[in-house]
Amino acid sequence: MARAVIDIRDLVKIYTLGEVEVRALDGVTMRVDEGEFVAIMGPSGSGKSTLMNIIGCLDRPTSGSYVLDDADVSQLSRDQRALIRNAKIGFVFQSFNLLPRTSAMENVELPLLYGDLGYTRAKRRDVARDALHRVGLAGREGNYPSQLSGGQQQRVAIARALVTDPAILLADEPTGNLDSRTSEEIMGIFQELNESGKTIVLITHEPDIAKHAKRVVHVRDGLIQQDEFIEQHKVERKGIEAPVAPVAR
Amino acid sequence: MRNSVTRLGNITIVGLKSIARNKLRSLLTALGVVIGVACVIVSVAIGSGVAASVSEMINSLGSNFIMIMPGASTQGGARIFTGQSTLTEEDADAIRRECPAVAYISPNIRTAGQMVAGELNWSSQIYGVGIDWPNIRAWNVQDGTFFTEGDIRAGSKVAVLGATVAENLFPNGDAINSTIRIKNVPFRVTGVLEKKGGSMMGSDQDDVVVVPYTTALKRLMGQQKLGMLIASAASADQVQDAMDQIEALLKQRHRIPPGGDADFMMRSQEEIAKANAQQVNLMRNLLLGIAVVSLVVGGIGIMNIMLVSVTERTREIGIRMAIGARSRHVLLQFLFEAVTLSVLGGLIGVLLGVGAAKGIGKGAGWPIVISPNAILIAFAVAATIGIFFGYYPARKAAKLDPIDALRYE
Repeated sequence: MARAVIDIRDLVKIYTLGEVEVRALDGVTMRVDEGEFVAIMGPSGSGKSTLMNIIGCLDRPTSGSYVLDDADVSQLSRDQRALIRNAKIGFVFQSFNLLPRTSAMENVELPLLYGDLGYTRAKRRDVARDALHRVGLAGREGNYPSQLSGGQQQRVAIARALVTDPAILLADEPTGNLDSRTSEEIMGIFQELNESGKTIVLITHEPDIAKHAKRVVHVRDGLIQQDEFIEQHKVERKGIEAPVAPVAR
Repeated sequence: MRNSVTRLGNITIVGLKSIARNKLRSLLTALGVVIGVACVIVSVAIGSGVAASVSEMINSLGSNFIMIMPGASTQGGARIFTGQSTLTEEDADAIRRECPAVAYISPNIRTAGQMVAGELNWSSQIYGVGIDWPNIRAWNVQDGTFFTEGDIRAGSKVAVLGATVAENLFPNGDAINSTIRIKNVPFRVTGVLEKKGGSMMGSDQDDVVVVPYTTALKRLMGQQKLGMLIASAASADQVQDAMDQIEALLKQRHRIPPGGDADFMMRSQEEIAKANAQQVNLMRNLLLGIAVVSLVVGGIGIMNIMLVSVTERTREIGIRMAIGARSRHVLLQFLFEAVTLSVLGGLIGVLLGVGAAKGIGKGAGWPIVISPNAILIAFAVAATIGIFFGYYPARKAAKLDPIDALRYE
């Protein structure tokens, strides 16, 4: 049996809005093994965002346990969670969330500034350049986000998520701001990364996007309604501007 | 350890970059600190200059100088300055005879007037003095001679010119034995004084004409009483003795009972220099006040813009936190930005302040001393302002919740 990267048990999250208690998660148990590509689906209000925030260590559950990459992270402090996010989680957001007026290279280097890896400046540049190559952006290192298309910006964001070699990639509606052709390209990159061994958790409400994963988890009313392995819809590799091999320096 | 050092370096780079991205705004933000620091530099420069020149001024007044002025008299219980001079020639003679600690004494009557030599004219101060005056002021005649005891007794119409007056009335240098008319009275020039230079307050000490006090009273002013006496103690140690002796003698001569208020005042050279320094110090303190106000205003400006910046960059903070920035990273980033702004302002302020201090020194004739200490202090103040006023916005940024910050539009 493969090693579990995410092991969630009886996760409950209760928000108190005034006097009303909202049970955003009402006892979620799920496990994601190393090398899986899971899509978490659900309509808005289903609790999938809350689940994502907890999986991403942005938030803490009210109760239940969460073991990420063999470490219990369910009740860590703010700063401890920041460290975990830096080392073990690579975020990809719907709105790319790159720093404006900051080059692609610098954006990708950013996680390395906060981590414990202690890379030298030169090492950081090397790692960032490699990550940009992996997502097919060789030669775009000096471009600012405003000089890149939406798809290219999302590739920079993926490179940034990869740069610390995290245990999981956590993608929150990564194609929500992209047209369908570009969405396919981005999903192709995720599939490629997954094939090379990355564990990927994708949060989406679009079935067309979810079908690129290998497993789909449906969330509704704070509960897992359905959890199934599916036939993965493979993206044709043609048309992706992707010299994947690292360029000699 | 090495890691945290590199990380600190990384965070400072982050801070510098965001300042570089907003150049104009950063400059405007730092303006208050610029003005404040410039004021600190100017006021310290003036203050140090005054301190340095007090001793210089003491020397230029002549060693062991004492000034005796007609002063307050009591009328019906109220002490007032009557303006009426109570000092007489006889007082001066008595001091010369009976006070052993006094080496020299001279009346010192001041008036001002227009003087004409040929086709040239000049307005200047006129001193009516006695024979000891050059010794008291340590101010010698360079060309010609000082007037004599006989000239004073006779009330002769003779004059000794200060260097500035001589230059203006006799550009060819032929002042000696020429005739000038002071207030329409013809005077023979017997000598020209050596150049003394500007005083601490910026006035030209050489812009003066010296005549016998008897002549000044009779010909130029038409009054009998002496305005002021100046004296010189026999040595620096005897200044206080001399003042005590003069006080005792004058009180006796003016029939003032022991313990009664004197109708004259005395100042030693030191007291005079200090009194003059006070005026300059007042100016300095005013500048220091402006400095404090503008530093506080500048600090609030920095706080304001940093708060705006934190709000503007909420999303950026969220991104940084999501990818692993801890609270202190965000805190340090914004704190460093604030400190950089204020220190940058400090740097510009130092340059501006040094320039302004030199300009003011030249314009007002004040001595200016720019010390490295003042520059260091100014920098320290600027950095402190940055930390103090930058802390609150930085803490606000550091306390943001990453989920909310990421969602912020």
